[in-house]
Amino acid sequence: MRLVIAEDAALLREGLSLILTNAGHRVRAVADADGLLAAVAAEAPDAVITDIRMPPDFRDEGLHAALRLRRDLPGLPILVLSQYVEHTYAAELVSLGGGVGYLLKDKVGDIPEFLAALDRVAAGGTVVDPDVVRRFLEFRRMRAPLERLTPRERDVLALIAEGRSNSTIARGLRVTDAAIAKHVNNILSKLDLPPDTDGHRRVLAVLAYLQHDHDGF
Amino acid sequence: METTSGPPGAARDGTADRRTLAGDPLRFLASPLPWRALGFLLTGWLVALMWTVATLALLLVPALGLVLLLGGVPLAAVERRRLRWVDPAPAPSPHAPPVRPGPWGWAGTRFRERATWRELGYALCFALALAWADALVGLLVPCVLYLLGFPLLTVALPEFQPDRLFGLIPAAHPEAFLATALGLALLPFALYLVTAYALWRVRLTRFVLLGGEAGADRRVRELSLSRERIMDAMDAQRLRIERDLHDGAQQRLTGLILSLGVARLELAEAPEPARIAVDEAYRQARTALSELRELVHGIHPQVLTNRGLAPAVAELADRCPVPVDVAIHLPDRPPEPVEAAAWFITAEALTNAAKHSGATRAWIRCHRQGPSLLLEIGDDGTGGADPARGTGLLGLADRVSVLHGRIEFDSPAGGPTLLRAELPCDW
Repeated sequence: MRLVIAEDAALLREGLSLILTNAGHRVRAVADADGLLAAVAAEAPDAVITDIRMPPDFRDEGLHAALRLRRDLPGLPILVLSQYVEHTYAAELVSLGGGVGYLLKDKVGDIPEFLAALDRVAAGGTVVDPDVVRRFLEFRRMRAPLERLTPRERDVLALIAEGRSNSTIARGLRVTDAAIAKHVNNILSKLDLPPDTDGHRRVLAVLAYLQHDHDGF
Repeated sequence: METTSGPPGAARDGTADRRTLAGDPLRFLASPLPWRALGFLLTGWLVALMWTVATLALLLVPALGLVLLLGGVPLAAVERRRLRWVDPAPAPSPHAPPVRPGPWGWAGTRFRERATWRELGYALCFALALAWADALVGLLVPCVLYLLGFPLLTVALPEFQPDRLFGLIPAAHPEAFLATALGLALLPFALYLVTAYALWRVRLTRFVLLGGEAGADRRVRELSLSRERIMDAMDAQRLRIERDLHDGAQQRLTGLILSLGVARLELAEAPEPARIAVDEAYRQARTALSELRELVHGIHPQVLTNRGLAPAVAELADRCPVPVDVAIHLPDRPPEPVEAAAWFITAEALTNAAKHSGATRAWIRCHRQGPSLLLEIGDDGTGGADPARGTGLLGLADRVSVLHGRIEFDSPAGGPTLLRAELPCDW
């Protein structure tokens, strides 16, 4: 694959480039968000790997760049490497649909797994760091086990996790939109995500599903 | 527990000036402050006029001459009230309660007070000069408004037909709209000028009418300013530590994990003891990084800085073992210290709810009420939490008090627990 990496710490940038080059990828490495946007425009890569916190302000430039790239180039696979366990960022990414990943930085140490995660993202899948999901679900899981879902509801949730809309799911399962909407409501209430919960209920449900689905790293 | 801000007298006005005049110009112009300042300046002459008329009327009755010496007292009371339009910090009367009851007792006490004579001096200066100077400065704004409305006036009042405004702008349309453009350009300057003058005037009034600053008052003022500085420094330090850890230790540890990852691959064929040793090193490095990550998050959450209060609080609620209903409605992001205080309060309250109360449900409500941010956190637990026992809630009270806010904590035995914080912010 042709890859663009954005990472401001030289040590990590070099290390990642080396690992990915050894794995047979063509890598272009940059050190900030502006560099990332320029490199993507120039290289038309197959996937992007980016840090969140980068120059000039060291806030969340990388994430903003990622959101912008996805707007300009829908479907461009993006893997975000982060030091933050907060699920807000992960949820923002997952809400973009498939082909996104959010990994904590220490996961690059398990090189085969890291490369596999990159492949999953590049193939349009969704990867969220199990530690982020686990931290989020640690307590919620006792209150709302995924086991309470009916098999049909689980199928629907799996399709939501692939980033599909209600009507696409309805077409795929050959049922009406209303039936799917009812399933989704049941799923959300069984996962203890009532309507007044702040933010992206659908995304939180996906996080719950991902945790259950690929436990372990 | 109830803690109110209670900065005495002028302790606040330094910060009030700094925040409002030096802040975001758009925010300043949209705030009620310039108009309050204008109101303060344009009503003074009425007070002065009434006071003068009343004084002259009293002069007609010879026996009341002595009472005239106390004439500054009621005027000062009115002025202390009026100055709070501009600077809402409390302006308590410097007078002591009368020693003996009755009008004679009252007059006796007043005559012996220095404040009475300062007030008389102020009243004379005010009635003869200050009030009129205020009105002159305040008139600047109506003049600019006149410019703004000039084209409209020429239409609305046909008999009002000046040939030219200041001999420059013709009254005929559409040239008359030049006046509107000029007025629009001048309005911000006029408002800034008027506000700056009013703030200065209020300080003068405070200085004279609140008994200057007696020794104790000055010390309290210095203390409260130094407390603000300490809190600012603490927050700056937190941010710096967080940044240093992120850019330093966290990056290095990640680099180490990466190197160990490479080593593990290279050693795949090596003898078992070597592999076990490297695996162990790898595992420990990862544990260290994840502990460091939690530590960094507790020092200063990035989501709060980058995304604001709503997502940061939602994150706290999501991690709380007790289900939490969150309702946050803020039109804008409050100033950073207010956001930080609200976040720390929520974190502490949720920790208490989860640890001690046995609650099955908690809720957070946060919205803007007037010029303040109102934060309420409650749970249905057994209550009985005593703020005196832990340092957590006391620390919060300090933080809130520095922001001139108030925090109330109500946790009767048997429950429920309710925490309510009001944090003023210059929106």
